[in-house]
This record gives sequence, structure tokens and C-alpha cells, in this order.
Amino acid sequence: MGTEHLSKQYDNDLETLRSGVLQMGGLVESQIRGAIDAFAHGNQDLIDQVIANEARVNEFEVQIDDDCSHIIVKRQPAASDLRLIMAISKTVTDLERIGDEAEKIARMSRQIHERGHADLHRFATVRHAADIALSMLRQALDAFARLDAADAASIIRQDVAIDTEFRSILRQLITFMMEDPRTISTALEIVWIAKAIERIGDHAKNIAEDVIYIVKGTDVRHTAVEVVEREALS
Amino acid sequence: MNAAVLQPLQETLAQKIQVKNLNFYYGGFHALKDINLQIPEKRVTAFIGPSGCGKSTLLRTFNRMYALYPKQEARGEILIDGDDILSPRQDLNRLRAKVGMVFQKPTPFPMSIHDNIAFGVRLYESLSMREMEERVEWALRKAALWEEVKDKLKQSGTSLSGGQQQRLCIARGIAVKPEVLLLDEPASALDPISTGRIEELVHELKNDYTIVIVTHNMQQAARVSDYTAYMYLGEMVEFGVTDEVFIKPRKKETEDYITGRFG
Repeated sequence: MGTEHLSKQYDNDLETLRSGVLQMGGLVESQIRGAIDAFAHGNQDLIDQVIANEARVNEFEVQIDDDCSHIIVKRQPAASDLRLIMAISKTVTDLERIGDEAEKIARMSRQIHERGHADLHRFATVRHAADIALSMLRQALDAFARLDAADAASIIRQDVAIDTEFRSILRQLITFMMEDPRTISTALEIVWIAKAIERIGDHAKNIAEDVIYIVKGTDVRHTAVEVVEREALS
Repeated sequence: MNAAVLQPLQETLAQKIQVKNLNFYYGGFHALKDINLQIPEKRVTAFIGPSGCGKSTLLRTFNRMYALYPKQEARGEILIDGDDILSPRQDLNRLRAKVGMVFQKPTPFPMSIHDNIAFGVRLYESLSMREMEERVEWALRKAALWEEVKDKLKQSGTSLSGGQQQRLCIARGIAVKPEVLLLDEPASALDPISTGRIEELVHELKNDYTIVIVTHNMQQAARVSDYTAYMYLGEMVEFGVTDEVFIKPRKKETEDYITGRFG
């Protein structure tokens, strides 16, 4: 990458594709932020907005995948171009799933707040996990924008932190439920929210792996973090 | 530099052709520079690169086609089954029976379809009429042309369509039972359907022959070949497994060429 194609139009098409992914990423980021705020404060308008915006996320996915097909049929991309397009098609799937998780968090938050009497300040850990997930996604999108494999590799390690957070939230919630069975419904919803956050981390990690594939041409999925880091820095 | 670009082949294959420190000159022009290459047996190897990179020149050294022209000279070694074909002791007729060639434009002889095939065979073998009939049918079947021409073997070879003429030339090439088949842009003058047939044929033929193909069409190289060599300005830039060359080339020059950034 870097140098331009003989065909200016090809360069333009690829650029449109890349900026589409970043726009979609920006939207998905704000969806998560909205959903987590809604969880913390129960703002009804915000919840509605997150749910309504999910349709836009889906539109992005369909549009970008369609653009990928057009480029493949017109250009028969090879090497880094081929890897970029393959990776973009997977990345938008992950972004769309993150969008789904954000919507899920918004819906759960509505139920929690409609029921009331939730002592949410006790769930600072959920917010903390959400912050890590959000920062992973932001970093993954940055790494994608700059095609930075080393940065992408560092995201993969953070996913381990999110998984740890998730287990600790789970333990905490189980304790609450045992102490006071009246909290069970709300606690279960919070389990779903925590699980959604954990999944967001997984999807951000997938995007980071896609970035390494674009830059290095190596498929690092399902390999140990150490191997990924070595590959990304090679 | 050439030794460094030879990546270890993924499969252990017999090497049909070994090129060692090959240099080629058209008079004062140095067209091939220190080429080192191993071409595996019963596989398809494609040479790609921009016009003038030396890919056709390299192909033509494998049957010493260049010897037809004065002032063209090859230095180095080209071993086919261990025999140095550049040696002055090399019998050119035997070499060309062993290494067949098909050109960009179909070149049927101005004679019947049957005789187009039989002509070459008669130069090397004396077959009975019955054996010759069998050989003609065998070659035409191998070249996937038999069904289309079996009822008009007496018609002129030039009466066939371009795609059929090219398959006739391939049939003619394999009728003398060569071991290596050199294809120099065999489909560049053909429509997509005829091209598809030729590519399908290449796929069939590699069970029996070592095939080397020069093509300007990179998708064609990606489709038909097992190994790909990228050449530029007379040098071998990269040689490797085709899928790897097209997904993850090791050299930036190769990457630029196959992604259309060459300029």
C-alpha cells in the first residue's frame, strides 16, 4: 500500500471503502457510549435513540459489503488490496455485531430502570469493563485507519483484561443474588449487559486481528497472544 | 540476489528444469541476468512481468528456439532431467521433441487437421497407418478437440475458429509425446470461452506434462499455475507458490506489479 494505483478510480473506490468503515466505526462507538450512559442514568430518550440508530449500523454493513463485491468484480484485487477487502468485509460484520450488543445493553437498561430500585452505583465495575471495551474498539479503529500492526497487537492483550473483569462482575452479582433474592431479575439483566460488553471486547479483538492480516498478510486468529505480538512486530 | 528470492517449495517435487546462472544476450543487449530457477515436474509454472522483462526470452531458451536467430546467445546452464541443453552437443531435434511449444497466435500448417498432427509425428517416429490414426485421435482427445473435429479431419486446419486452431496447435505439440510444454501467451488472442477451454486443458495436461506458461493476464496466472515467477528488467524478482505470490508476495516490486501500482 502507500503508492497509488495506475487507476485513480481504484484508489478512490478503496478510499471510499476505508472511510465508510471508519464512519461506521464512529457510529458504533457512539452507540456503545449511549447504551452505557443509558444503563447508568436510565435516560429514556437516549435508550430510544440507541435502538433507532441500530438500523443505520445495519445499513452501513450492507452498503460496505456491497461496495466490496463491486471492487472484487471490477478489479480482481490481489495481495494487500485483496487482504484489505477481505478484512473490511469481516470488520463490518464485527462492527454490526457490536451494534447489536449496544442495542441489547440499551434494552436491558430500559427494563432495569422501569423496574426501579436498582442500586446501580454498586456496578462501577460494569462501567469500568465498558470503558475498556470502548477504548479497545477506538484503538482498533485507529489501528485500522493507520494500518498499524503493532498497535493492533496491543489491543489483543487488553481482551484478556476484559474477560477478567467479566468474571469478577459475575462473582459479585452471584453474591448479591444470594444475599437478597429480590435483586435476581436485575442482577440477571446486568449479567447480560456484562456479557454484551465482554462480546464487544471480542469483536474489537477480531478487528485488530484483521488489521494485522492486512498489514502482515498473516492470519493470527486462534493463536496465542505472544505469537500475535511477535508476528505484528516482525 | 537470485538465490535469496527462491523460497523453499512447499512440496518436495522432482525438478524437471533447473536453470543455473543463466544470462542471455540479444547482440549487445543483456536480456536475462543471472537467472536461477527450478521448475517442478508435472506442475504448471507461470512467468509474469511487464513487457520486455524477459519472460518470453527465458521460455524460449528451454527449447533453444533462439538458436534460429543469429547474434542471440545464452550463457549458463539449463538442465532438463540433468542434461545441459545449452551444451553444443545437444541434439536440437531431440530437444524440441521433448520440449513442445505453443505460440501466442495459432499457427496451424496449411494442411488438413489430420496432417497437422501427423506431420510432426512423422519426423520422429515411423508409425503404421493404424497407429497414426490412433495417435491423431489420442492427441486431439488430449487437447479436448476430438469431438469438434472428428467428422472433418480432412478439412484444412485453417478452417477452424481461433480457439480451435490453438487447441489444434496444442494437440500437434503433444502428439510427439513431449515431456515439457511451453505456452507463450496461448490465450491472449482468444475470446473468454476459448480461453476458458485452454485453461481447462492446461489443468488436464499437467497430470502428464511439465508446463511453463508466459502470460500477461495475471488472473490467468493465478488460475492455472501452481508456481509463479515474477520477472522485471531481465531479473527474477520473486518465485514462489502461486497462491502465496498473489496473496502475500514477499517483494514490494511484486506487490506493486500484481496490484496495479506499477508505473
